Amino acid sequence: MIEPTEVENRLRLAFPDSEIEISDLTGTKDHFQAVVVSSSFAGKSPVEQHQLVYGALAEEMKGPIHALALRTYTPQAWQTLQGKK
Amino acid sequence: MDPTLRERIESLLQKNRVMLFMKGNKMFPQCGFSAHVLQLLQQAGVDFETHNILSDPEVRQGLKEYSNWPTYPQLYVDGKLVGGADIVSELQASGELSTLLGAKPASA
Repeated sequence: MIEPTEVENRLRLAFPDSEIEISDLTGTKDHFQAVVVSSSFAGKSPVEQHQLVYGALAEEMKGPIHALALRTYTPQAWQTLQGKK
Repeated sequence: MDPTLRERIESLLQKNRVMLFMKGNKMFPQCGFSAHVLQLLQQAGVDFETHNILSDPEVRQGLKEYSNWPTYPQLYVDGKLVGGADIVSELQASGELSTLLGAKPASA
């Protein structure tokens, strides 16, 4: 188990310029969803973007986090997506 | 990584153009995310193979390191990591998945 705020803090350290939203999907503090919007994703494939996030949470992924639904966007991609809504 | 394990992983990746490393198998997926990706592949109507990492702890740990990817399922096309359940779902939603798999467009 891990506090959602701790997951968020960990990601903020790795992606200082980012927008981050963490949700605890099951209320059990081990299945999370993370939306990360960061310019560090520019020019990277989806696999590479997710690898960056997993890398930042490497220790947590070994135990306290059982599942992490992940959505990563560059600020541009995020704006385009918001425009469609 | 142990060279024998690396070789085994690489030969598994070459077993089929489309390889799904999952929890469980085609008949009995043992995780919701694995079941979901399995379903998307079946809908796409492509030929694919699965490998049950629950019955293969060595590959389960080894592939995480090999691909720098900590979770399952993992989908590979032509030996290259496409992604996990999130990425595969997004590719399906955008219509890119069938192109990537080289599948004929599914008839409705």
